[in-house]
Amino acid sequence: MAVARENAHPEGRSSSPFWTIARRDSLAGFLFIAPQLIGIIVFVLIPLGLVFWYSLHEWNVLANTFTYTGAQNYRMLMEDESLLDVLGATAIFSAGLVIFNLSLALLLAVLLNQKLAGIAIFRTLFFSPVVVSLVAWTIVWGFLLQKNGGINGMLLTFGIEGPNWLREETTAMISVIVVQVFKNVGLNMILFLAALQGVPKELYEAARIDGAPAFKQFRRITLPLISPTILLTSIITIVGSLQVFAQIAVLTQGGPGLSTTVLVYYLYQQAFQFHFFGYGSTLSILLFAIVAILTFAQWQMRKRIVFYES
Amino acid sequence: MLYQRTLKSTACALAILGSLALGGTAQAQDAVNLRMTIWSANEAHLKLFNEIAAGFKKDHPNVSVTYESLPFETYTTALTTQIAGGNAPDMAWIFETSAYDFVKSGALYPLTDTLKAAEGYNLEEVGTGATERWTEDGKLYAYPFSTSPFAVFVNNDLIKAAGAKTPAEMIAAGEWTWDNAIETAAAVAKSGKGGLVVRDFNYQAWQYLTSVWNGWGASPWSEDGKTCTMADKPMADALTFIHDAVFTKKAIPGPGETVDFFAGNAAMTITQISRASLLPKEKAFSWDLVPLPKGSAGEYALIGQAGIGVMQSGKNAETAAEFVAYMTNPESSAKLSQFFPSARKSLLNADILKKTNPLLSQEQIEKVVISGIATGKVMPGHTGFAQIQQMVRSNLDAVWRPEADVPATLQKICGQIGPLLKR
Repeated sequence: MAVARENAHPEGRSSSPFWTIARRDSLAGFLFIAPQLIGIIVFVLIPLGLVFWYSLHEWNVLANTFTYTGAQNYRMLMEDESLLDVLGATAIFSAGLVIFNLSLALLLAVLLNQKLAGIAIFRTLFFSPVVVSLVAWTIVWGFLLQKNGGINGMLLTFGIEGPNWLREETTAMISVIVVQVFKNVGLNMILFLAALQGVPKELYEAARIDGAPAFKQFRRITLPLISPTILLTSIITIVGSLQVFAQIAVLTQGGPGLSTTVLVYYLYQQAFQFHFFGYGSTLSILLFAIVAILTFAQWQMRKRIVFYES
Repeated sequence: MLYQRTLKSTACALAILGSLALGGTAQAQDAVNLRMTIWSANEAHLKLFNEIAAGFKKDHPNVSVTYESLPFETYTTALTTQIAGGNAPDMAWIFETSAYDFVKSGALYPLTDTLKAAEGYNLEEVGTGATERWTEDGKLYAYPFSTSPFAVFVNNDLIKAAGAKTPAEMIAAGEWTWDNAIETAAAVAKSGKGGLVVRDFNYQAWQYLTSVWNGWGASPWSEDGKTCTMADKPMADALTFIHDAVFTKKAIPGPGETVDFFAGNAAMTITQISRASLLPKEKAFSWDLVPLPKGSAGEYALIGQAGIGVMQSGKNAETAAEFVAYMTNPESSAKLSQFFPSARKSLLNADILKKTNPLLSQEQIEKVVISGIATGKVMPGHTGFAQIQQMVRSNLDAVWRPEADVPATLQKICGQIGPLLKR
């Protein structure tokens, strides 16, 4: 009997309760991340799955038809003549934005990383556009950039006849980039400022004793030590640049021609203006793939370009 | 024993609750809430619509109508998004440009039977010209409640100050042509104010240029909508004329320039007569309203339309159709015509229009409104208009520069939109 009971309850199991410390800990862990996890499942993973599902269909909203078409939308993607122009505009916009944004943010951070009276006012000044409503900011810039708008009026006082900023292909792209950079440069500036203030002062002191000039100090000490922040800001900025929409919608509507039609705006046009929800979903999958590849590539590059003190 | 009693009382309570709930459901089923999407948020418009809804409620006490104003610029996008999200309105205003998309898709509930059955409706008095775009296989899918002619508003003060001839003088002398209109506009532009503004065009919504190029007999595509005619001579001539007026004569404000006629900053503007409400009450100027000038193809008129349709997918499509019948019957149409001119023949007379459009003179009503509605062509539209519009817009950008090659650009446009038109 005693043997049978031992067989029925192998040693160690019968005596220990179900809720072991390890199980309780993992339950607590899951409960802690549950709100975030549910959010990601409901608002990211399920919609992502649905978008992929839609991309395999032709969905006519008005006629209320939803027909499975397999890879037809993906074939259309390959044959879309406008897509090359759109990807080109997206690449120019993203590259311009990232380079201009990061350099300006770093320059401002270096300039504002001084112990001077009233420096906080300047920091606030450069950060303030970040908290301004994006659409309001863009609308005001739209007025300023008109042919007879504020900027050309100002240039005229110096005897310069300004271009028609939003109607020429080159200046339209530059305008959209500059408006976006001025809006968000404050955020990167603050991140750089925090990173700069984390660089140990002794390193500069040692470099000075060794006779290193200021530029060399910046290249050999500052840049390596703030490289984790450079990686972070570049990932945030690149991903953000691929999602830009409001500025294009308000300032140029993708024109002149297709010169400022970036991928997100093109996707919006296809899905919501032309009612091609299936093809719009295919473009979203393309955008998702581009963002994922770029983020992965940057993450991989961190081993080469990012210096970790530890 | 106690157990049985508890069971009985619970069953009893459930039965009472159940019957109450069923009664509630029955009542809720009787009450019908209809929702109509519109692109106007104008208080006077909404007041009138609410009055009409209240009038309908007298005979249909269980029906309530609410109006949802969506922004004009993104109206169709917002509407289709609602439909895609399974939250389609019961009724919707529809632009003339997207009429074909809605009418041909099967998204709308056929209205003919309901309208014909409505007492005193008299659908026959609405001309076929007005209903053509909204009809498919002999059935009317949306009612064109607004048929508003395009005309030229004139600021006589600016024109006289520039020493040019006013349109009224030119009409009297039989000289009201596009060449002369542009000459007057150029004279005012030289004085530092704006010349002639084609309102809502903004070098984006090119369809508004129809008010000009129809004077040359031009059209973006053939009558059946299958062939691109943008590269044909009338269109090339008309666009070359407009290009010359913009970049050589400076008579039309150029791309990126904003000039508001109603703020007193331009000599003339082409727009629909319903915009008369924008004329300033303070700092008023001497204004006039005249028909569109004569082009090389002679006299012409253009009308803009807006339709009301009932969504097929709505739960109360039949009731919604009855409401549309009430909203557009002769009595309601007469009220609506102060903002939205009706295509009903019985309402197209100067006496009635004078009452509802107090700002316009008898002559303006006769020469512009009545004649415009009677003879005007409707703005161009096509199935898949948004995509065609965008393709033409992005290519026309090449025309809106001083050194443009107009005929070559138009050839390119036809090459691109040709396949879309045939679809």
